Amino acid sequence: MIATLTTGDFIRRNGLIIAFAAILAIVALSAPTFLTVGNLLGVLRQIAIVGTIAVGVTFVVISGRLDLSVGSGLTFLSVLVVSQHNQIGPAGALAVTLCCGLLIGACNGFLVAYLRFDSLIATLAMLSLLQGVTIWYSGGANVNVADSTTWFSFFGRGSVLGIPAPVLLLVLGAAVAGFVLMRTRFGRAVFAVGGNETASIFSGIAAPRIVFATYLISGLATACAAIIMGSRVMGAQSTIGQGYELTVLAGIILGGTSLLGGYGSIWRTIVGVAMLGFIENGLILMGFPYYVQWLVTWAIVIMAVWIDLAAKRGRLLA
Amino acid sequence: MAGETILSIEGVSKNFPGVRALKDVSFDVRAGEVHALMGENGAGKSTLMKVLAGLYRPDGGRIMHKGEEVDIRTPLEARDRGILLIHQELSLSPELSVAENIFLGSWPTKGLGILNKRKLNSDAGRVLDALGCDFRPTTRVGTLSIARKQMVEIARAQAFNASVVIFDEPTASLTDTEKEKLFSIIADLKARNVGIVYISHKMNEIFEITDRVTVLRDGVLQGTVNTADATVETLTRMMIGRALDSFFTRARSNFGAEVLRVEGMAKKGLFENISFSVREGEVLGLYGLIGAGRSEVAETLFGVRRADAGRLFWKGGEIPFPTPRQAIDLGLCLAPESRKEQGLVIGMGGRENITLPHLGLFSRLGIMNRERETQVFTRYRETLEIKTTGPSQRVGNLSGGNQQKFVLAKWLCNKPRLLILDEPTRGIDVGSKSVIHALIAKLAEEGLAVIVISSEMPEVLGVSHRILTMSEGAFNGEFTGEAMTEENLIDAVSRHRESSSSRRARTAA
Ligand SMILES: Nc1ncnc2c1ncn2[C@@H]1O[C@H](COP(=O)(O)OP(=O)(O)OP(=O)(O)O)[C@@H](O)[C@H]1O
Ligand SMILES: [Mg+2]
Repeated sequence: MIATLTTGDFIRRNGLIIAFAAILAIVALSAPTFLTVGNLLGVLRQIAIVGTIAVGVTFVVISGRLDLSVGSGLTFLSVLVVSQHNQIGPAGALAVTLCCGLLIGACNGFLVAYLRFDSLIATLAMLSLLQGVTIWYSGGANVNVADSTTWFSFFGRGSVLGIPAPVLLLVLGAAVAGFVLMRTRFGRAVFAVGGNETASIFSGIAAPRIVFATYLISGLATACAAIIMGSRVMGAQSTIGQGYELTVLAGIILGGTSLLGGYGSIWRTIVGVAMLGFIENGLILMGFPYYVQWLVTWAIVIMAVWIDLAAKRGRLLA
Repeated sequence: MAGETILSIEGVSKNFPGVRALKDVSFDVRAGEVHALMGENGAGKSTLMKVLAGLYRPDGGRIMHKGEEVDIRTPLEARDRGILLIHQELSLSPELSVAENIFLGSWPTKGLGILNKRKLNSDAGRVLDALGCDFRPTTRVGTLSIARKQMVEIARAQAFNASVVIFDEPTASLTDTEKEKLFSIIADLKARNVGIVYISHKMNEIFEITDRVTVLRDGVLQGTVNTADATVETLTRMMIGRALDSFFTRARSNFGAEVLRVEGMAKKGLFENISFSVREGEVLGLYGLIGAGRSEVAETLFGVRRADAGRLFWKGGEIPFPTPRQAIDLGLCLAPESRKEQGLVIGMGGRENITLPHLGLFSRLGIMNRERETQVFTRYRETLEIKTTGPSQRVGNLSGGNQQKFVLAKWLCNKPRLLILDEPTRGIDVGSKSVIHALIAKLAEEGLAVIVISSEMPEVLGVSHRILTMSEGAFNGEFTGEAMTEENLIDAVSRHRESSSSRRARTAA
């Protein structure tokens, strides 16, 4: 009954880490400035924003749904947090932003979980709606933090023991999220609903409630990311979050979380997002024009999905 | 030619991570024979057939087809060689039409890849007519019953002029009438010199239709014998290495208090005027043809469907119809009929599947207690003799019968008050079947009320204290003691049909 582990098995199981190491090595070799502390910290700060959102969206994806509204959610919430900061101060701004994030999640969740809208359509509609709301709210103008001396600047610019605050926040959030997903009753239910919704209902799980909750988490994560973003830029404008929904999704896919639901993890998402961040940075350091990163990113995502499919097919035929 | 070997496997092995599914197995199929493949759950039957059908590549050994060594790499290649597998878990595309499913992968075109729908449908229609099917080529497969879906798969075999047809537990979800129809189709195939492989756990079927029997145990060939020379005892001994004492053990018959009473429950289009009660320690059998509405009644009691009318009494007090969560918390549990769709999350491990309905019991402050989960897993793995490599092995990778055991374990582990078992032993081997029947008897002895829904007559007759027959959405007979006989049940089920059709005739007149 003992089967030996083949090299193929090893690659299949640890493919993600191997790919990550390979990419780091390639980038480090071809761009000498890559491995400087300043550069790495910069990349990590950038990753932190995408990563924070992706952590939340991972819940949605594992439950078998999508959330494409996070890009314009990020835009709106960034604009919101900066404007509110100027009006009611940092504490109030944070509270309002987190609440609005939850509200956006609740709207998505209500449409998808209770009214049974297709998640792609519901969250695309939300994406578009929030674009409109942002323009309406800000009049399309850029907003800037008037008083940059408040503690609000900590989230994007501060650091603790040399570690940038955004990175710290991401690590903290990811740890909590990972624990919730892997160790709690709720996390178990998320996997069950994504893996087989009917069977989860036959097991007494209130599937709609679980799906609703994943959207709340996604909304909350987007609000956190918006706070980091606003604090880092010390301002916001109506295109600031454009395209983030796809970057987030790309990171999740690259990490190997299944878009069909029922399979995935937070650490996979983090590694996937980090990979994207390093690739992007490497390309810029190597002197490619910025738009090349879009091509490369998606080429890599497509490849990752293809390898994954091939591996699955191989497993069936192996 | 009849009797000529069409397909043979020589020394085939197959390993999965941590599991040796087949070891050096040889097997052959002759033209015009029905060759039974038997063995316990997880013995490797389905795996062996998947090797033949191009779904798995063997790790060693060779496959000979019509005298030459062949390499079957994909299901399409297998089909082109005339080898067709009718899966244990049917594998049709529910969104496609019957015709599209039959010719999947080789749809006729008008050139340029444009589908020739008319030809597709007329070709399919011809095959369906020849089989005597009562549905149209354009019907969406998702709307068909299991028996009809199976007919679609058989039609596929017919359409491609298969020379070897493999049936993997085809009767697991068929009623007797449907089974008879299947057997006549098999006889037909046999007469046309098709070689047939027939996998089943049901002894009577083996003796009824097969010519030879091959037995596997733990992936190892135990031998091939002529059915005429075999007996139930010899086959059982080959399969499990010992003889079985008794198949059914019935619990005592002095019951406790009433657990559940249903009055006038109805759901439009599914069932009407359902009234019955069940008491502590009682095993109530529900017998009827597939489509009679038994599962729908069970699902309504459990709360996954909503009733239109009716009253529910739990331990004497009236309660509103529960949600599944409320039902489980009361102790009213349902082990559903379809393990893949309703019973299990196949991407999760056995441990996670068992505890899924009881997350509250296995957690504190919302945090899961893995250790206790593993303990329960280990306990049921032993009691039900489940073959799995460990608590986190995906149940999707288990054999059909072993998956079914997890469906049962899921509900047994929580000491329910009333347990509804919908086709509890579907796909389960003879040895484990008696283990499960004994378990049902023991639980009833301890005061559990059980409702057993089964299309298997011997099972219903064997485990129940009382049997209700159901037909076309209504109860039409109740039998206890001496009156629980095969004839009576068949009679009840068919009597209602007559009376309802004569009733219809009367209203028409
Ligand atoms: N894809 C797979 N991955 C890993 N293990 C597998 C896979 N398919 C089958 N197995 C294992 O191989 C063994 C044989 O399984 P198989 O499905 O052939 O049994 P079977 O004889 O058809 O049983 P049953 O009567 O329950 O249908 C089992 O232990 C099963 O867990
Ligand atoms: Mg099988």
